[in-house]
Amino acid sequence: MTAPPLGKDLVGLEDLSADQIRLILDTAEPFKEVSERPIKKVPALRGKTIVNLFFEASTRTRISFEFAEKRLSADTVNVAASGSSVDKGETLVDTARNLEAMRIDMVVIRHPSSGAAAFLGDRIRSNVINAGDGQHEHPTQGLLDLLTIRDKHGKIAGLKVCLVGDVLHSRVARSNIWGLSKLGAEVGVCGPDTLMPRGIEELGVCRFRRIEEAIEWADVLNVLRLQLERMEMGFIPSVREYYRVFGVTAERIEKASRPLTIMHPGPMNRGVEIDSRVADGPHSVILDQVTNGVAVRMAVLYLLAGGRPELADAAKGPGAGGGGPE
Amino acid sequence: MTRPLLLKGGRVIDPSRNFDQPADVLIQDGTIAAVGTGLGMPEGVEIRDVREQVVAPGLVDVHVHLREPGNEDVETIASGARAAAAGGFTAVCAMPNTDPVTDNQAAVGFIVRQSVRAGLTRVYPIGAISVGQRGERLSEFGEMVGAGAVAVSDDGRPVASSHLMRTALEYARTFDLPVADHCEEPTLAAGGVMHEGLVSARLGLKGIPAAAEEIMVARDTLLAGLTGGHVHLCHMSTRGSVDIIRGAKERGVRVTAEVTPHHLTLTDRACERYDTHAKMNPPLREAADVAALRQALKQGVIDCIASDHAPHAYDAKEAAFDDAPFGIVGLETAFGVVHTELVLGGVLTLPELIHRMSTAPAVAFHLPGGTLRPGAAADVVVLDPTARWTVDATAFSSKSRNTPFAGRALTGRAVLTLVGGKTVHPAGAPVDR
Repeated sequence: MTAPPLGKDLVGLEDLSADQIRLILDTAEPFKEVSERPIKKVPALRGKTIVNLFFEASTRTRISFEFAEKRLSADTVNVAASGSSVDKGETLVDTARNLEAMRIDMVVIRHPSSGAAAFLGDRIRSNVINAGDGQHEHPTQGLLDLLTIRDKHGKIAGLKVCLVGDVLHSRVARSNIWGLSKLGAEVGVCGPDTLMPRGIEELGVCRFRRIEEAIEWADVLNVLRLQLERMEMGFIPSVREYYRVFGVTAERIEKASRPLTIMHPGPMNRGVEIDSRVADGPHSVILDQVTNGVAVRMAVLYLLAGGRPELADAAKGPGAGGGGPE
Repeated sequence: MTRPLLLKGGRVIDPSRNFDQPADVLIQDGTIAAVGTGLGMPEGVEIRDVREQVVAPGLVDVHVHLREPGNEDVETIASGARAAAAGGFTAVCAMPNTDPVTDNQAAVGFIVRQSVRAGLTRVYPIGAISVGQRGERLSEFGEMVGAGAVAVSDDGRPVASSHLMRTALEYARTFDLPVADHCEEPTLAAGGVMHEGLVSARLGLKGIPAAAEEIMVARDTLLAGLTGGHVHLCHMSTRGSVDIIRGAKERGVRVTAEVTPHHLTLTDRACERYDTHAKMNPPLREAADVAALRQALKQGVIDCIASDHAPHAYDAKEAAFDDAPFGIVGLETAFGVVHTELVLGGVLTLPELIHRMSTAPAVAFHLPGGTLRPGAAADVVVLDPTARWTVDATAFSSKSRNTPFAGRALTGRAVLTLVGGKTVHPAGAPVDR
């Protein structure tokens, strides 16, 4: 019995080595094909029970996880914060203990507090996958961004990737910074200082204050969602001015001396952080990101459940008995 | 019938008289009868051999939260006083953020009575600056002083209104009362849960910038200068605050300041892995801040060490970082932590440490104690500076266990604590003398 290749939980990309990240991306490759079949199901996680525990609204991430679980034949239960005992004042630790008592195998958790996934992982035996904790990390989003960049450019090392917008409040940004840096990309950040964490440069990223400079520098722009409530909180004066100063517009992109890959973790505010002509343009890979999300999550679930990476190909074979986690 | 006690052969350190030499201490009728060698022995004297140990004035903590009234599950005046005694403290000052708030003479009197009933470490009440700590109207300082209050503070809440702070400093002059402020600019600190810096950026936690404290330190020292009142700055945490206090003292402003053992020994890196036992307000800062605080304490820019003992229920800290309350217990680890890190670490001498934990805080708050002068009440601690021990939170006398120092190996602890000549630690020891 060998040690599981990723450890027990996936809390963040900060905790993973470059080899572990590459392993997940490589394991995702064979799973991509599963979703292209008429019958989108393999038996790799048959008999496993997975709880999707969402303390925060989510459409895309929750559905993506659910598809990934179902296509691996796991049994899944969705728990949303509204309508659950959480609303009745149950603490996170009690929720965890109760889930554990039901003998589940894995928990996918989204929570508004940074550190909630690690908190849960430290207290239950089941595998915990972070589907976004506060402003900390969103590792599967980071992984699907990496996979999409690798698909498009054939490599990650040496590329220049700039995160644009609200880095301060973005868990996607943190997972991107760790994942990209570990795989040898250069990372830039661009946005107003009000939306940048203090000390961000110390993480080894290039800081841009003008979007034009970021566009000229980068091979890839990952445009972050601007939460509209940030305006009410006084971080920016208005959405209009934000778009005028930091918006990723077609005019700005056209001035770039080379083609620029455009990414966005969604959901987009068209006309706020990104121009529709850019989002829907020829260099946008925004929908590829969504497609890759399912494959990456299948890979993470498979590896955390103890699946052997070299058997991922076999695991997707129709009705294959071997290869699944023991 | 009380028996006299002779503490024989110890190293006697009394910073109030610059005294540091081997001597005997004779305690009789609840007071220090004599300090010296070859003392006459009264009839029936009990002799305790304290060779290799240190006899010092009992430690004084001007900043603790004892949670009574209102949260007796977590701490009571009796359990807090027992924890204080175990830590070598003979006097502590209880902050008024109780429920209801200690903002009137009846509430102050209740704390005095509970302290007397416990009969352990002396507990001095601090009254609220404003009614209900709401930051609006001044509390009745005069009546609270009459009932036993030794200072006023809205600790737990910053005094947001500069006008209120000004009037508090002015009005407190009548009673020569220190006004203790929790320095935090509320709009800058809003929603913050740890120090704003690289660690908070990585963890995705909302930070509290150093400037949130420093703005109020600057304001308070300016207002103390304006009014001539005595401002006491609670739990200083940043190097910028140190610079401001140094400048104010050079100008002759009546300012005193305290620092906690944890701000002297831990940094924001303790918050890694979202350890809620490292969540306190003000937050743990950076290594450069720790270094500046240590020097400030050495130089007297910061006057004293205070624990900011803040008990919480065992499960309150068992939560996501954002949801956990601020604060840690500190009475039973304060001496050991600072002795291990600062004295054995070469920053302070042992007499300097005792000065900062006993004489200086007593002077700052005009308390009796902090001295072994003959005739003074026999509030005495015997310290074993070589005792090695490991912090076991489950063995605390406090009702709460929320400490970031659990499992730490420390050197130095109180082995005997006397309040008015009576043994209050170790528990169960022979009593009245």
